[in-house]
Amino acid sequence: MMLTPELFIQHFFNALALGSLYGLIAIGYTMVYGILRLINFAHGDIFMLGAYFVFFSTIAFMPAWLAALLVAIALLIMFTTFRDKSKATPAWYWGAQALLLGLAGYYGFISPVEFQPPWVLAVFFAIAVTSACGIVVDRVAYQPLRDAPRISALISAIGISFLIENLGVVVFSGLPRAVRQPDMLVKPIIANISAITGNADSVVRISPMALIVPSVSLLLVSGLLWIIYRTKPGLAMRSISKDIETTRLMGVSVNKVIALTFALGSALAAASGIMWALRYPQIHPYMGVLPGFKAFIAAVFGGIGSIHGAMLGGLILGFIEVFITATFPALSGYRDAFAFVLLIVILLWKPTGIMGARTEEKI
Amino acid sequence: MNNSAMHRAYTLCAVVLLFAILFYAENNLDTYSIQILNLVAINAILAVSLNLIYGFTGMFSLGHAGFMAIGAYVCTVLILTPEQKESMWILEAIHPWLANLSLPFLLAVVVGGIAASLVGLIIAIPVLRLGGDYLGIATLGFAEIIRVVITNAAPFTNGSLGIKGIPQYANLWCNYGWLVVTVYVIVRLLRSNVGNVFKAIRDDEIAARTMGVNTFYYRVLSFCVGAFFAGVGGALTAALISTIDPKMFTFMLTFNILMIVVAGGLGSITGSIVGSIIITFMLEWLRIVENPISLGDFEIPGIPGMRMVIFSVMLMCIILFRREGLLGMREFSWDALARFVKNPVRFFSRASRSTSGASGK
Repeated sequence: MMLTPELFIQHFFNALALGSLYGLIAIGYTMVYGILRLINFAHGDIFMLGAYFVFFSTIAFMPAWLAALLVAIALLIMFTTFRDKSKATPAWYWGAQALLLGLAGYYGFISPVEFQPPWVLAVFFAIAVTSACGIVVDRVAYQPLRDAPRISALISAIGISFLIENLGVVVFSGLPRAVRQPDMLVKPIIANISAITGNADSVVRISPMALIVPSVSLLLVSGLLWIIYRTKPGLAMRSISKDIETTRLMGVSVNKVIALTFALGSALAAASGIMWALRYPQIHPYMGVLPGFKAFIAAVFGGIGSIHGAMLGGLILGFIEVFITATFPALSGYRDAFAFVLLIVILLWKPTGIMGARTEEKI
Repeated sequence: MNNSAMHRAYTLCAVVLLFAILFYAENNLDTYSIQILNLVAINAILAVSLNLIYGFTGMFSLGHAGFMAIGAYVCTVLILTPEQKESMWILEAIHPWLANLSLPFLLAVVVGGIAASLVGLIIAIPVLRLGGDYLGIATLGFAEIIRVVITNAAPFTNGSLGIKGIPQYANLWCNYGWLVVTVYVIVRLLRSNVGNVFKAIRDDEIAARTMGVNTFYYRVLSFCVGAFFAGVGGALTAALISTIDPKMFTFMLTFNILMIVVAGGLGSITGSIVGSIIITFMLEWLRIVENPISLGDFEIPGIPGMRMVIFSVMLMCIILFRREGLLGMREFSWDALARFVKNPVRFFSRASRSTSGASGK
């Protein structure tokens, strides 16, 4: 079947959006794998948590006291993880904690209200809390096993992933929930492309999300690349991925940097989860499993350990999925298998991935 | 009578005793308890087969659910009657090859196992060149591909509707018979020279290769034997619970078996069996947290999903605090039992000192 130019343009933007979402998740996998040589199975579930946090704070109206408490806990986790232990605790930290706990107490006991913040605030809230969750996952499941065989850490990763999913079922309930999309994101953008096709009535309809997702992703990835290649913690990250022992000897507090890696990866996964929920408006506790696996495959495809590769792998996977199902509708039932076929092909053909430069033993 | 012949006689007696207990159970227990006993046997078969692949040969395989699915579907299609097939395949008519095909149950289970093993062979040849966690993710990918193919191959598998009303041939005798066969075959395999090669590959593959062992051949062998018994386990599951559909064979299922193997001890057949007894019973027992409990007038509401939360927390605790599992790499043996009977205190103090106790069964 040939694609008409209209369909091609529509599919192109759909693929771009899907690919960027995969890419954002894949970056988290690739960063953790690059540093710890560990498949962070829980990453897909972190993605799910991001979607749920923003859902609860904007659509289902989380009680305000809970939101304040969650932010207080997130602040506590981040602060205890990244604090410079040689310096005294700054006053602003206690002030912020007191303020948040005060808000939690006020809204919990004195005047219970539901929390309905503007969108932007809700997104920041969700990203912050999800980042903290990423740090907790590292602390609970991976840090005790740093010196254990890698396979033990992998089983631990599978365990924590199931734990998060099942906790999700208990806390959020296992039923899928519909996400209400803001009107401005639903109305498709209609563009006339008669200049290209020569046909006066050829129009394309593109969902605004299909344009927003790639732009936001580009922004986030640029920010991440700036952190990794232009800042000191980023330098430490790159150094750990080369040689963890030497980096430790150079006086870098390795666990802090790893926690930062998890925080950044989880923040990107949360952003991806939020955009995913807005684009495919249904969320459930197992929603992260399949995108998680696919994103991991994208990371392997792009060359695990490479940020550019992860993004590129995600985009390629998005394009493969969208265009194969568009061109051969008979294959649409096999859509979820494409990624795994791609994985096996890449592992056999070039296990280091398309952007992977390292030639040391990886398999 | 020398020592090993006596041990063999003991083992035979133990098997006879097992079947005597089964005879008692069949006549005196209710259906629910018998169902749990059946699940114990099937889980033990699956755990032992995964332990062969992972615990003894060191290949981190996450594809067990895929092999089970193949065994289950092949066996089911072979034991259904032509009338059942005609009425069940609603969306698409059953493929003419299969419509009138029918085999006795025992043979169908074997064919299911062989089919799983063949698919295992096809998978193994490309995938076993990988190692470590890449192998895990690739086998997981294959299991997922198998599931997607089953969902889409409606003329053969009835697609996502699944198959219902499978005759429940898998009774206690059948399941425990297969368990005995599985354990016998795998223990014999592991005590032969082949088993030594497997363990050598697990401990250091490069060293094994340097000794002139064709490691690839032995890895494929171990993988295929494991896949065969996984297929058998899948076939028995299908004939036990009488309904199958593609959603059953997700990663969750592999996870449950992995949990049994890790809890029992990687590289211990005894551990896998003990693990499957404990975990199967515990999973059933944990159902109480999902049902409301009433204490007099006071009622605690059940929490749906809590069972799996507790289960995952248990796995996390095992992997974080007792990485070698319940039994480590120790095995049951008659000598060890004799030592235990003679002097229990000394037995345990010795056992804790040497982790690799006596082998054999």
